[in-house]
Amino acid sequence: MSSVSPAKLPSRAKLPSLEGRGWGSVRQRRPKLRAGKSLAALAYPPLAPPFQGGVWLALALFLTLSACDRETRDPRGKPLPETKPSADALDPRPAAYENNAFQIAQGQRYFAWMNCSGCHFHGGGGIGPPLMDGAWRYGGSIQQIADSILDGRPNGMPSFKNKITQAQAWQLAAFVRSLSAQQGKDKLWSRGDEMSNREPPTLQDREPVAPTTPEADQAKPR
Amino acid sequence: MRDVTQRPKRSLIAATAAAAALLVIPALALQQSPEPRPAPPPAPAAPPPTEDGQWTMPSKDYSSTRYSGLDQINRDTVRRLRATVNVATGNLRGHEAAPLVVGATMFIVTPYPNDVYALDLTRPGAPVKWHFSPGPVPQSQGVACCDVVNRGGVYADGRLFFNTLDGQTIALDAASGKQVWRTQLADINKGETITMAPLVADGKVLVGNSGGEFGVRGWLAALDSGSGALVWKAYSTGPDKDVLIGPGFKPFYAMDQGKDLGVNSWPGEQWKIGGGTVWGWISYDPKLKMIYYGTGNPGPWNPHQRPGDNKWTTGVFARDVATGEARWFYQTNPHDLYDHDDINEQILLDLPVGGRVRPVLVRPSRNGFMYVIDRVTGQVYSADPYGYINSARGVDLKTGRLIPVPAKEPKEGRVVRGVCPAAPGAKDWNPSAYSPRTGLIYVPHINLCMDQGAMDANYIAGTPYVGMDVKMYAGPGGNRGVLTAWDPVRRRKAWEIREDLPLWSGALATAGDLVFYGTMDGWFKAVDATDGRLIWQVRLDSGIISQPVSYRGPDGRQYIAVMSGVGGWSGAIVSAGLDPRDPTSALGFVNAMRDLPQRSKAGGRLYVFGLPS
Repeated sequence: MSSVSPAKLPSRAKLPSLEGRGWGSVRQRRPKLRAGKSLAALAYPPLAPPFQGGVWLALALFLTLSACDRETRDPRGKPLPETKPSADALDPRPAAYENNAFQIAQGQRYFAWMNCSGCHFHGGGGIGPPLMDGAWRYGGSIQQIADSILDGRPNGMPSFKNKITQAQAWQLAAFVRSLSAQQGKDKLWSRGDEMSNREPPTLQDREPVAPTTPEADQAKPR
Repeated sequence: MRDVTQRPKRSLIAATAAAAALLVIPALALQQSPEPRPAPPPAPAAPPPTEDGQWTMPSKDYSSTRYSGLDQINRDTVRRLRATVNVATGNLRGHEAAPLVVGATMFIVTPYPNDVYALDLTRPGAPVKWHFSPGPVPQSQGVACCDVVNRGGVYADGRLFFNTLDGQTIALDAASGKQVWRTQLADINKGETITMAPLVADGKVLVGNSGGEFGVRGWLAALDSGSGALVWKAYSTGPDKDVLIGPGFKPFYAMDQGKDLGVNSWPGEQWKIGGGTVWGWISYDPKLKMIYYGTGNPGPWNPHQRPGDNKWTTGVFARDVATGEARWFYQTNPHDLYDHDDINEQILLDLPVGGRVRPVLVRPSRNGFMYVIDRVTGQVYSADPYGYINSARGVDLKTGRLIPVPAKEPKEGRVVRGVCPAAPGAKDWNPSAYSPRTGLIYVPHINLCMDQGAMDANYIAGTPYVGMDVKMYAGPGGNRGVLTAWDPVRRRKAWEIREDLPLWSGALATAGDLVFYGTMDGWFKAVDATDGRLIWQVRLDSGIISQPVSYRGPDGRQYIAVMSGVGGWSGAIVSAGLDPRDPTSALGFVNAMRDLPQRSKAGGRLYVFGLPS
């Protein structure tokens, strides 16, 4: 699980460089430094006057390690906003949007209205990659798809953050997953809104979700 | 299949050709002919003084003939051709560019990320002399309608000019590969990209935008070739001052005359997002100092959202090259219904029309008609179908208007079936060649029809603005591609070659009386320029959608160069890995190309063919 949702980062142009600066990595660093400090503190009390040289050494060690701690402080001076539950298991949204025929149907309307179909068409892709197969460049979970919609991705996917609401993004993500028949047959749509005649996902086998790259897409047997 | 009977015997052709080659003055040519026979083929408007063996611009010359005067490779020797260079470009997207040859150096521009390579032709295998990476922003890939292609660079005065997908024009020092200047022209946040090859004329680099599927406003810009500074910019929509329409603007037909038609022929302010992009070919008449180019489709595709003629989209502009001022305009498709961008090449010829030799431009348009238009006045002399058309009955030469077929007009919320030609037209961007030896225009084109379902499109900047579900399939006959040899004097087809897959490569004509072109499954072919007989072919690693060229190498021998690498709008199913289960993928082209993944894999290589010593 990624520790910080990219949705909360200031701009998608900075996305790659911000990886690893989330909560998880900070937490990993801190215990190490505390251990160093307590070692110096423990070393101090038993020292008697004849060992004053040792005291100075311990003091120097203490100051050095304190300085290290200061260097690694978060320069932003305040914690990142935390709106996402700490574990996917506690996030109620995937369950709420994923297997819900109403949410999928709402997403279908936005898919046309927000011009998603202009690039991805009705799942086969064109300017953007296909969405009706199981291959995902940026992850195929509903959370990852909602992130892609809201924040955009570096190779051309625009951000829709200020154009739609969070709820609409999740409805869209649910519909996008329906294009590769990820939900139960009773939740999927048996007739598209569009005038074209791709087979509805009710007649499609559920596509196994797997990572991909543009090069892998080119080499895929069709 | 081939109408060979229409052509004179080859010996006669050869004699005529030889006479024409030897005797430039037509009067002398007449004395050579003891019996009545057809007049010598029309001459290109601005033929190069002598064949210099180079290929400095994709169209070869300002008249856009794509004709090489070299003849070592001919009908007898072509069978011995073999590859002398075969190198990977390191890029697997659609390669639409023409290689350029200047002196002993070849230049190639790749698809996004638009790397430029200079190759040393004096050494075996043509090793890289220098390499330049312009570094376009990756987000530009998301606003490129039809694969991330680039149609090549252009060389002039020691510099190589090319465009990047993210909308920059860059000048490099051709000897060292060092950047001289770069100018940002297009804005990807509005959906603009640049895919065209620039043209350098009169000290200006001419560049237009792409993005007709994104609700952009089309323009052509002229940059000073020395500094990269903007000299003029002519929009394709909007008030006359933006379109550079002034007192010198004298369109031939009443439909194109009036004040601010670029505003008045649109509802409300729709012209601001109305398209008319300039992503195709520009020709230049150095005598008249005029440039000629076509404008792209109006946006959105759904015509119900833009009642009116939608000036100045889908038509031809003639402009003064120095100031950009419009001289005339002819709208090929007023109120375009089918995405019939009018950006195809125009071949400038001096052609006998009605008993007089007139300065004309000949253009095989997307809508399926071969137009012959006066270069000075903009009058249409003829418009004859060169492909199967059921969406228009013809062109009214009195009013200049295309005569539509109401039954084939798109209807909102409904599907109209069997519209021919389809959205990419009877011919798309890939350019024709003209041989002054045979007098024929060799047109590589397509034979596709489509179903169209129109619905309202929302405008969101930087996203597509189309409003049309499309599904394409092969037209009558079942062949998706055609190479047509067109006789512009007799106004009819001389012969044709039917190809199973759409032809998306350019054509090359040579003085060896050969025509070269490539197919999307990788066959590179040489056919007899007089009758279309296939003489030589070779299979390349990937489909061919680039523009073949011919040049004289440093060793004094003739070579043919072409790039492989399938892609583009037609080949996006392979280059972008699209899913054919959705027939509307890639604006409906995928439905017509379901078999392509089995017939060509993605690739990208440069091939040079020469005769063994």
